[in-house]
Amino acid sequence: MTTATPTRRPRRQRARVEKRHSGRDRLVIGLMIGVPTLLVVWLVWLPAIGSVLLSFTKWNGFKFSAIQWVGTKNYVDIATIYPPFWPAIRHNLIWLVFLFVLPTILGMLLAVVLDREMWGSRFYQTAFYLPVVLSLALVGFIWQLFYSTDQGLINEVFGSNVDWYGDPDVNLWAVLVATAWRHTGYIMLIYLAGLKGVDGSLREAAAVDGATEVKTFFHVIFPVMRPINMIVLVIVVIESLRAFDLVWIVNKGRNGLELISALVSQNVIGEATRYGFGSALAVIMMVISSVFITIYLRIVFREERR
Amino acid sequence: MAVLAVIWLFPLLWALYNSFREYSYTQTNGYLSFGGWTLDNYTEAWNRGNFGLHLKNSLLITIPAVALTLFLSSLVAFVLARFSYRFNLTLLGVFLAANLLPPQALLIPVFRMFKEIPLPAFMSETGTMLNSFWALILVNTAFQLGFCTFVLSNYMKTLPHEIYESAELDGASVWRQYWQLTMPLVRPALAALATLQVTWIYNEFFWATVLISRGDKYPVTSALNNLRGQFFSDTNLVAAGSIIVALPVLVVFFALQKQFVSGLTLGSTKG
Amino acid sequence: MARPDPRESRFSSTLPASVNGFGRRSLLRGALGVGALGATGMLSACGDDSTSGSGSGASAKAGNVKFGINEAKGSGPANERLQAMADAYAKKAGVTVSVNAVDHNTFQESITTYLQGSPDDVFTWFAGYRMAQFAEGGQIADISDVWPLDGIGDAFKKASTAADGKQYFVPVSYYPWAVFHRKSVFEKNGWTQPKTMDDLTALMKEMQGKKMTPFAFAAKDAWAPMGTFDILNMRLNGYDFHMALTKGEKAWDSPEVKNVFATWKTLLPYHQENSLGRTWQEAATSMAKGDCGMYLLGTFVVDGVPKEAQEDLDFFTFPELDASIGSDALDAPIDGFCVASGAQDEEAGKAYIKWLASAEAADAANNAASAPFIAANTAASTAKYGELQKKSVEVVQNAKSIAQFLDRDTNADLANTVITASLQDFIKKPDDIDGITASIQQQAKSILG
Repeated sequence: MTTATPTRRPRRQRARVEKRHSGRDRLVIGLMIGVPTLLVVWLVWLPAIGSVLLSFTKWNGFKFSAIQWVGTKNYVDIATIYPPFWPAIRHNLIWLVFLFVLPTILGMLLAVVLDREMWGSRFYQTAFYLPVVLSLALVGFIWQLFYSTDQGLINEVFGSNVDWYGDPDVNLWAVLVATAWRHTGYIMLIYLAGLKGVDGSLREAAAVDGATEVKTFFHVIFPVMRPINMIVLVIVVIESLRAFDLVWIVNKGRNGLELISALVSQNVIGEATRYGFGSALAVIMMVISSVFITIYLRIVFREERR
Repeated sequence: MAVLAVIWLFPLLWALYNSFREYSYTQTNGYLSFGGWTLDNYTEAWNRGNFGLHLKNSLLITIPAVALTLFLSSLVAFVLARFSYRFNLTLLGVFLAANLLPPQALLIPVFRMFKEIPLPAFMSETGTMLNSFWALILVNTAFQLGFCTFVLSNYMKTLPHEIYESAELDGASVWRQYWQLTMPLVRPALAALATLQVTWIYNEFFWATVLISRGDKYPVTSALNNLRGQFFSDTNLVAAGSIIVALPVLVVFFALQKQFVSGLTLGSTKG
Repeated sequence: MARPDPRESRFSSTLPASVNGFGRRSLLRGALGVGALGATGMLSACGDDSTSGSGSGASAKAGNVKFGINEAKGSGPANERLQAMADAYAKKAGVTVSVNAVDHNTFQESITTYLQGSPDDVFTWFAGYRMAQFAEGGQIADISDVWPLDGIGDAFKKASTAADGKQYFVPVSYYPWAVFHRKSVFEKNGWTQPKTMDDLTALMKEMQGKKMTPFAFAAKDAWAPMGTFDILNMRLNGYDFHMALTKGEKAWDSPEVKNVFATWKTLLPYHQENSLGRTWQEAATSMAKGDCGMYLLGTFVVDGVPKEAQEDLDFFTFPELDASIGSDALDAPIDGFCVASGAQDEEAGKAYIKWLASAEAADAANNAASAPFIAANTAASTAKYGELQKKSVEVVQNAKSIAQFLDRDTNADLANTVITASLQDFIKKPDDIDGITASIQQQAKSILG
């Protein structure tokens, strides 16, 4: 979120400091890093490896002895005979494109406008940010007030009779609108944080040169925000891949709302216990994520190294 | 801008508006009507959803988890920002990537591990990590560490280096440099992160559904389910429930809003 | 816990149409009729009088039973009934029953983790393969020694038996699936309940002539269309084939199954359109309003219709489609209890579960709640039953074969991840029967094989 705007401290200085540590200090440093690292390795990385291993098995989750090694069968099944898989991939892609087109651009514009400390800026920030505070589950409930066929505001105002959450042709878009409502504020916040880092003098210089607002934005501010843009890009990708809560609340990710995350859950939560199969879906998710995680880390590291 | 802001606030206001209206009134007169005021939805939702208990659960999970996350991440961030070791980047990678992995992907192994870990009875009635708040606190912490570490270490790097040099000259230990020197200075960032973390952890419901199976242990996000099923149709009741659930995070948000903006602002330095 | 709540009755009777269809079974128990109060425990079928030496007697001294129930506190009559049973037992046996109430959907969603984690001694569950799979997995305890149970017939015993021939379940209540309609609508038009397919076809045509959609239909909830599949399969291919199919012994792409879908396809024009976006409550409302003539659903349909329509409801079992098969099979899902094998006190659990199957328990439940269930125990009082419940008892007793329900009879992995989506696909694309059945079969083979 906050960006890796580089610090310009000379590295030599830091390196010198390091050598002076007493044994006790070294122990303290070790603990400071070790304890949190252990926690993350234990609860995130080990399970991740576990899921990868499970994805090559068939297991109902009850007894360890019942684990059968099935090789890549789960993956083959997913790609060939599991009908919801490709729609899910498609929906995730739609999700991604939509998040870019609407909330990201809108969020960026809002940030640029609000960054100028105009009157009521604080109020506007709050207004746009408020939905971010709510859980997606809650967002689902709140939008139900609009989307419900019989009692929803939209149908009542327009006299229409669309089941926004139920009809497989429209429900994805209905859900996306609700997502956008929440996501825009999030993006706005990231950009606001980033824009504060843009040196005011740049803008002033541009103004002196007689550049218009728009020009200033594209020629001065936008390039400076490049690292933020990249990070926003990655966050949006990850968010659309992880999208889950909303469709799960609406209809458990079926009937037009298939998403990979929901498919994983369908297979491992509740009475279905296709742990191997579900893990394979999860691994597919992880693999796609890790491509973008790598991009993200590279950006971060490049900034760090500067 | 104003129009857009109103559009953005409208869904919340609409929920708020209808939460104060009687269901039967809106049924007869439609939702576009005006009237049928009542507070019953709130008492009804509160009782039916057993919100008192679940809010308490949520607090017991969220507060320790946020505190732990901030504490642990500030430790790592401090080391990352203060010293430059060769493994710094790798370490940051380990944390950051963890933050981005989809939780569904880790569900089964995490569940299994918690099942096998015994806890003394005073920590968990069931004797394992399952059904205990400890499990939720740890999982949430592990998942949020990456983000907080990242933000905090960025923030710490903006602190003037001179203060450490003089501290070193005074012979201050690493711990003192961290606790007495750095921590007071990063308060704005901590406040900003606290706001974000409170909203994220409070809103989390995926792990809660998986790791908890006792009705009286669920956090408040799950309590909304108690209003669903049989009564999901009573839109006004659900609206009232939603407002109740949203209220605590809104309070935190408004309380910390000032620090929130400045904390995140300073998180990235002037180029 | 018995919070007197004047609003409660209002809610359970005015359930409006767009209820997002989650708690089907919870709703079922909600408003199954409105009976008079007054029945008392007529016959105690349980054997834990302190003098009795029959297994449970010894364990009755255990001080604490943990009872997991799938109804949240304050969620209505279903919770009231379960709570009443717990209270009555605590009083009678002098033990503490600690109730763990979880809302219906969450309970179902977390059932496997619940059973693997730290389950309660006794918990609410369903008969059929849904129970048997946990028996196979060793998640629930063999409770054959509490059987036979007074007042519980053979059909119920069969439904409580897993593949190894032992009992792992006790039934407490059930509800049949049938075709519901409004009496007044039929009377006004001079219609009678159809006995054969010809009758039904004539009736459907007649309804269409009156600008009425013959069948209300909802498929937003993935389980809802399973009811239609079940009854068509049982009518066309017979109960034995149906059960063999659910057990994976018959192929989903067999000509028999294709025939079911083909028949369904010919019936679809008589069903409400856009069913994928409709909850069963909405479908029930359209029947109540007279837009649709009939609705195939469980008796919980009463929860979806307004009060005045509730008393106007009647039902008939789906007519025969093939004279050689007849029409003596139907879906009548049974709810009841299991003892978790991870239970802390299995003996106490068994003693409790034995009592739960008794008429005394059923009466305690029905007397305490604003709406009764249909007790599995034949000795239970029927005084609180409404007309529909009385008729339900009759229909189920007359049926030769009882199925649970597709998602209760079938492997859970298959039912929840494959069949649900496939039935919805069929409704979307009724012409692609070959593709859909082939897809189900491929996946079934992969899951079961």
